[in-house]
Amino acid sequence: MSDSEKTPIVEVVGVSKRFPGVVALNQANFAVYPGEVVALIGENGAGKSTLMKILGGLHRQDEGEIRIDGKPVEIRNVSDSLHLGISLIHQELNNLDNLDVGGNIFLGREPLTGGFLRLIDRRKIADDSRAYLQKVGLELSPTTPLSSLSIAQQQLVEIAKALSVNARVIIMDEPTSCLTLTETNRLLKLIQELKSGGVSVVFISHRLMEVQACADRVVGLRDGRNSGILRKSEISHDSMVRLMVGRNLDLKKSTTRNGDRENRIEIKDIVSPFFPSHKISFDVRKGEILGLAGLVGAGRSELAMTMFGIVKPLAGEISINDQRVNIRSPRDAIQNGIYLVPEDRRKTGLITSMTVRENVTLPDLWSYATYGLVSYKRELLSAENQRQKLSIKTASTNTLAKNLSGGNQQKVVLAKWLSLQPKLIIFDEPTRGVDVGSKAEIYRLMRGLSDAGVFILMISSDMEEVLGVSDRIAVMREGMLTGIIEAADFSEENVMKLAVAPVRTALELTS
Amino acid sequence: MRPSKEIGMVAIFLGLFFGYALLELIQRGPADTFANPVFLGQANLLNLTRSIGLFGIFSVAMGVVIITGGIDLSIGSQFALLGVILAYLLVNYNWPWPIAVVTVLLLCMVLGWFHGVLITRANLQPFVVTLCGLLGYRGLARFISHDQTVGFSGDTTYELLRTLATGSVFNVPAPFIVFVVVCIIMALVLHGSVYGRYLFAIGRNEEAAVYSGINTKLVITSAYILCGFLTGISAILLGFYTNSISPASHGSFFELYAVAACVLGGCSLRGGEGSVLGIFIGTAMIQLLRNIVNLQGIDSSLEFVVMGSVIMIAVVFDQILAARRRARESRLDIKAAPAETVAAK
Repeated sequence: MSDSEKTPIVEVVGVSKRFPGVVALNQANFAVYPGEVVALIGENGAGKSTLMKILGGLHRQDEGEIRIDGKPVEIRNVSDSLHLGISLIHQELNNLDNLDVGGNIFLGREPLTGGFLRLIDRRKIADDSRAYLQKVGLELSPTTPLSSLSIAQQQLVEIAKALSVNARVIIMDEPTSCLTLTETNRLLKLIQELKSGGVSVVFISHRLMEVQACADRVVGLRDGRNSGILRKSEISHDSMVRLMVGRNLDLKKSTTRNGDRENRIEIKDIVSPFFPSHKISFDVRKGEILGLAGLVGAGRSELAMTMFGIVKPLAGEISINDQRVNIRSPRDAIQNGIYLVPEDRRKTGLITSMTVRENVTLPDLWSYATYGLVSYKRELLSAENQRQKLSIKTASTNTLAKNLSGGNQQKVVLAKWLSLQPKLIIFDEPTRGVDVGSKAEIYRLMRGLSDAGVFILMISSDMEEVLGVSDRIAVMREGMLTGIIEAADFSEENVMKLAVAPVRTALELTS
Repeated sequence: MRPSKEIGMVAIFLGLFFGYALLELIQRGPADTFANPVFLGQANLLNLTRSIGLFGIFSVAMGVVIITGGIDLSIGSQFALLGVILAYLLVNYNWPWPIAVVTVLLLCMVLGWFHGVLITRANLQPFVVTLCGLLGYRGLARFISHDQTVGFSGDTTYELLRTLATGSVFNVPAPFIVFVVVCIIMALVLHGSVYGRYLFAIGRNEEAAVYSGINTKLVITSAYILCGFLTGISAILLGFYTNSISPASHGSFFELYAVAACVLGGCSLRGGEGSVLGIFIGTAMIQLLRNIVNLQGIDSSLEFVVMGSVIMIAVVFDQILAARRRARESRLDIKAAPAETVAAK
């Protein structure tokens, strides 16, 4: 296909988008030509979803231009986007599952009947829906309730909806992440059919095999910038990995600690209820920081929640220095010295409408009490103590936690656990939404704890952080542990290979 | 905790109180009023404080569950059910009063436990669970009593209970004294104890409370049991206060007086907000309003109109103040927080 001669349907020129604390897109360019399948690839946080949400009318760019058929346009909201022929199918499907299939397809543009009564013309919906459902290969009655459909079928309904508004470009954000192999193959085949019907498809996926099977062109994003374009003939697993990473990191870490192999926490055959078919085993050694890498949705946070007792493991055991511990609830975990610094500090890490002092003392409040009555003095002493140790910047320990900056909030979460006797601390995305200065401090704290003999497990999606802070890296994908990388083999490529390892070798798609 | 809010409420209460006293002075003229005061007369003041005591205890009970983010709509119906049972035990079965009282208190704690279990284990909404209670318990009370009014005879063996409901000590009505004692204990529990901190933590962010190792299911269930216990005390006092219990109407809508007192006293129905002092003042305010409506000879059917309007005004006013406070805080935040550095690479 000779792209250069045609005018792209959609063209994005020099688009930037900033969110508080991050630049999601930085002068990004992107184009979709008629009748092609473009894959958009990149690491977590590379800006793929942001770019697509701008096209879908969910975000507005801070700068840059969007052109449709060569003419600059404004996309202010979803309906603008639909009118321009762009349909966005979200990562998390947002169908209304209390409606039936037809109702979803015609949501917001229901044909009316009955004159001034403005009743919904159910018969017309059913008739028209049937045609679109056939096109996507769904043999269902339009009156089937959506809630009775599988995820894959719901996705097809979304595509039928896109066809019904005469979409010229259908954007699919990680459409295959919840699909089985057969369902994926069917979807890929449908994408080819859409293409031959003249509809362009933008396909976001972490699964490089699928990309290879269906894409005519691959566009890479890295840290919100373009990292390159691959033509059909250039697409290969290695070239795509290079497009996603391909960045030289200066590892500032001077020495790598070798963990004490004797002194360790062993996680043996743990099965979390989120991924009931995968057993996970690894160990965390004293004196090291074990990084846990993987793409979003790889099951890392779920593993942390299982180890901390938020959900009960289906099987497996955890032992600290060969002492088996039984964890059925967060209470058990805390009593055994296993603490979690959770991913979402505003939702789960802190009670933001309580004071710093109240948050710090909450996990072990009984130790501050005599006859069940809390001693304010002892609380204050401990909170002030932690505030100094961690240099938490706050007007006072009686300030509400919500009034602190992200980095300082994170330190308060840490202070909750450091006033106890930590054995293992699991950090889930410890520096997300934290400014650069506090980041360095948090790394220092983690290293200090590790040197003091606390076992540290750090979940992170930030590649730089994973490579720079960890002494060993465990990598997960789709609920399984795909490998552990020793310090000598640290490289972004090696992590990425394990994180997106080709699963679908049996992909028998003819393209 | 913002004690400034409670201070403001005390000021409003006192303003209303003395404002009405002044109104009476103007309406009736000084000579008549001083010779024979009605509003500030002993009978009326006793009446007012007694009703504050009677309504206050179960308002605090309601406050406990509201702080966890829940509600108990069944309180009024529990009064009917427990009142009928108490009357039967004492009058028909001639049980000694201590045993009857303990039975009633245990029973309402079991009801509370039942609510708590349905809410925490079956994940039902507190509103729905206790709404079923509201309907069910009153029906049960009517069934047990064959829809007949039951009463406590002039038997002197349980004179102590009667005194607790209708008597006075040094001209202070006994229910008011009980209420003050309940308030002092509950203020310690809610604002001073580990348990109280857990209740507020759960009301503010249940998930984070779980992540801090709090057994939230146990704490929430116990809040409903505590609510049941205080409801039981109220039920006994109310039963002896009215002395006769008509199961179809006894205590009807009283749970709403409690919700009103809590809301007026600064509790948020979203949970995590409220204080015993606030509930105390909220109850006092509502009873004062009822008293004024009565004394002014306003049609009693308008009583609820007046109360509804006052609560509405109070809540709207509070929202406006809260919005202004938030705006001020966010301005401070911008100044105080170091600018989050943009992660360049």
